[in-house]
Amino acid sequence: MKTKPTTSIIILCFLVFTGLTAFGQEGGHGETEEKFNASSFIMEHLADSHEWHLWTKKNGESVAIYLPVILYSKDKGFDMFSSKKIAHGHEYNGYTLEEGVIVSVDEAGNVNTPLDMSITKTVLGVFFSCFVGLLLFIGLSRSYKKTGISHPRGIQSFLEPIILFVRDDIAISNIGKNKYEKFMPYLLTAFFFILINNIMGLIPFPPPFGANVTGNIAVTMVLALFTFVITQISGNKRYWHHIIAAPGVPLWLLPIMIPVEIIGLFSKPFALMVRLFANIMAGHIIVLSLVALIFIFKSLAIAPVSAIFVVFMDCLELFVAFLQAYVFTLLSALFIGLAVEEEHH
Amino acid sequence: MIILANSLTTPAIGTVIWTTLIFCLFFFLLAKFAWKPILGFIKAREEMIKGSLAAAEKAKEEMAKLQSDNEAILRKAREDREAILKDARDVRDKLIAEAKMKAEEEAEKIVEKARIGIESEKSKALLEIKEQVATLSVDIASKLIGEQLRKTAEQEKLIENYLKEINLNKN
Repeated sequence: MKTKPTTSIIILCFLVFTGLTAFGQEGGHGETEEKFNASSFIMEHLADSHEWHLWTKKNGESVAIYLPVILYSKDKGFDMFSSKKIAHGHEYNGYTLEEGVIVSVDEAGNVNTPLDMSITKTVLGVFFSCFVGLLLFIGLSRSYKKTGISHPRGIQSFLEPIILFVRDDIAISNIGKNKYEKFMPYLLTAFFFILINNIMGLIPFPPPFGANVTGNIAVTMVLALFTFVITQISGNKRYWHHIIAAPGVPLWLLPIMIPVEIIGLFSKPFALMVRLFANIMAGHIIVLSLVALIFIFKSLAIAPVSAIFVVFMDCLELFVAFLQAYVFTLLSALFIGLAVEEEHH
Repeated sequence: MIILANSLTTPAIGTVIWTTLIFCLFFFLLAKFAWKPILGFIKAREEMIKGSLAAAEKAKEEMAKLQSDNEAILRKAREDREAILKDARDVRDKLIAEAKMKAEEEAEKIVEKARIGIESEKSKALLEIKEQVATLSVDIASKLIGEQLRKTAEQEKLIENYLKEINLNKN
């Protein structure tokens, strides 16, 4: 991979840059030198947010992209406003931001949480990654139409092996030659959705990048739900027969086996959800912890050490980005394959 | 801190809904405008490659077959030529032999004829010579003895006898 070193260098530059600015920001707080809290620093970066924080000025003012807040509550109806209006503890239309969650406190002092449909950082990240994916793959299909049936060239020669890998090593080997075609669009979409988001999450700056999308449990839950629904819909008679009454199991065991099978039904997508979420989250936590070391030691001297470790971690994370996209798609294909398997094989 | 950590592991309903919507849209757009044509092209290309390979293999086999056929034809032609040449040689030899034999026979016949002719001519000539000699001797004798000597029967007989003697002596 030719791009790897350059990417790492860019990452390094950003890290040093952001590290320096953050250091300056820490110093800028002046006399009330508050203790640096590494976990809140990390959590703030990992958690979803209603604003996309860019940097903090020397005077403590933060520069951010304020995202639209869309709320629905039974008593107030729909509400849509910029998150700037509730930033920094402000109150707008009775709504305030408490620990990243928008709440409204009524006269009686009851805390209500409205349905929050805001375009958050994660949602924007999903949107951008999908946009990138559409550009990439619709462009790819155009280039195919242009070149016709000829040898792959340009972007094709990079993306086609991945598509073929998903087809041959994930779909065909798990679902089978006769049935894989129906599931190819989903598997490819899931694979590239996860891959693009993983890679975009690794690039720390500027805004379309750096959102913790695949490390957000809501996103991985949606992906796992898609796999779950597709698996159940395409499940054949044999599949359900095995869940309700697995052949060869004595009758008295069935009261135990059926709950186990049903738990298994849900634990598979649950594992998918947690695996992707935890892996990406862990990678982000490690990188952020290494950056946090600079502030913990309050020394610029530690920055190069941190940077080297971060570069190493980022290389590892780049591998994990591919690996997790592969694992998610592979397991999805495996579950689908089990559901569509014929009686005897 | 616990609240924050908790918020990390609690899926936000809004994010779930938005992600579902965007992912659905992403999926359908890609399925229609990207995966279908791309996979179609890849499949078409693979089939073309497979077909081309099969055709090449077939052509190769055909070539080999043609070559072996050619060789067989060539070998047969060579054999045929040999046979034809051999036949021709035999025929020639036979013809020559026959011609020779015929010629010899003919020659023998001619020689025989010639000999017979010579023989008859010779006897004819001898007869003539005998007569000539008889007349000559009679003439000579009459000249010697005188003209009185007549050609009587007696004399005739005598000459005959003499001549017979000469003839016998000669033969």
